[in-house]
Amino acid sequence: MKQQLKKDTHVSKVIVITSGKGGVGKTTSSAAIGAALAKRGHKTVVIDFDVGLRNLDMIMGCERRVVYDFINVIQGDAKLKQALIRDKRVDTLHVLPTSQTRDKDALTQEGVEAVLNELREEFDYIICDSPAGIERGAHMAMYFADEAIVVTNPEVSSVRDSDRVLGLLSSKTHRATQDGAEPIKAQVLITRYDKARIDKGEMMNVDDVLEILAVPLLGIVPESPAVLKASNVGVPVVLDDPSAAGQAYEDAVGRLLGEEIEIKVDGERRPGLLRRLFGRTA
Amino acid sequence: MSRFGFPLWPRRAGSAQTAKDRLQILLAHERSGSAPDYLPQLQREILEVIARHVKVDREAIDIRMERGDELSSLEINIELPTAKR
Repeated sequence: MKQQLKKDTHVSKVIVITSGKGGVGKTTSSAAIGAALAKRGHKTVVIDFDVGLRNLDMIMGCERRVVYDFINVIQGDAKLKQALIRDKRVDTLHVLPTSQTRDKDALTQEGVEAVLNELREEFDYIICDSPAGIERGAHMAMYFADEAIVVTNPEVSSVRDSDRVLGLLSSKTHRATQDGAEPIKAQVLITRYDKARIDKGEMMNVDDVLEILAVPLLGIVPESPAVLKASNVGVPVVLDDPSAAGQAYEDAVGRLLGEEIEIKVDGERRPGLLRRLFGRTA
Repeated sequence: MSRFGFPLWPRRAGSAQTAKDRLQILLAHERSGSAPDYLPQLQREILEVIARHVKVDREAIDIRMERGDELSSLEINIELPTAKR
């Protein structure tokens, strides 16, 4: 029955994962959100827009299987289906890797639009993993989006850059420039959340961040050793061993799909006695 | 760290070793310049040669690659139409 429902309401949403600042967890989040959607049976593709600095393939663990890439498809050197890599763990999950070329102009607006339109016919969710910055790659990743997830750390430069990106989402995108189009639905995903430091008043809390950015909160992902471990082995954190970070992504995806899930703000684990005595070591 | 040609302690069992192994394999390929940039050209040339002998659909080609540390494999599947007379 679920299948029937899905067929009747073929959503095909383009969701950009963006942030402005680098290193906040865009690619980790793209991989986790894409995998969590696919796990629920939605046909999902994650596209790497970081031309020249391919990394999504490593985080998703398919780096040895890249033959053709996004730019090859745009330039007509390969068919889309040749460039798509099907995940070996979840068969509704696909990756479209980016190119290692240094020619950023290869990412043309017409090319991106054509590829997205072709993907829309086949996929329920198209996750665009934006590069850092606000240059061409980042612009193209957000341009055709229906929804945006702005990944933010509770830290001044990250929040400032997120605010800048939210401004671009509401002014320099396809939806923003089309008369009468619904604006992009933007939500904040707070990552690397360190409850201990927030409790000590060393880090801004969620309310502080939301008050500044004034957009809805999609979820809070705790700082967690599980994230580094998952990237080491090339497994999206939601497909790896159960962890607080993995659960936080699962919950965020539930909310993305309209489910009412309470937002938890627990850390990975409470510091033990030894940790408290000797302080935090990495 | 190794001395006298063998590691002083056994390989770390943790995920960091996996990360290092994956990077070494990938970077060895990327640094040698053997990143598969030549594949579109290779695909065109292979199809040209085959088209001299058999009528083939330009779209009916599938190329897969699997890179490993020992060897990599390139799998090329070309659909040949059955001769209907």
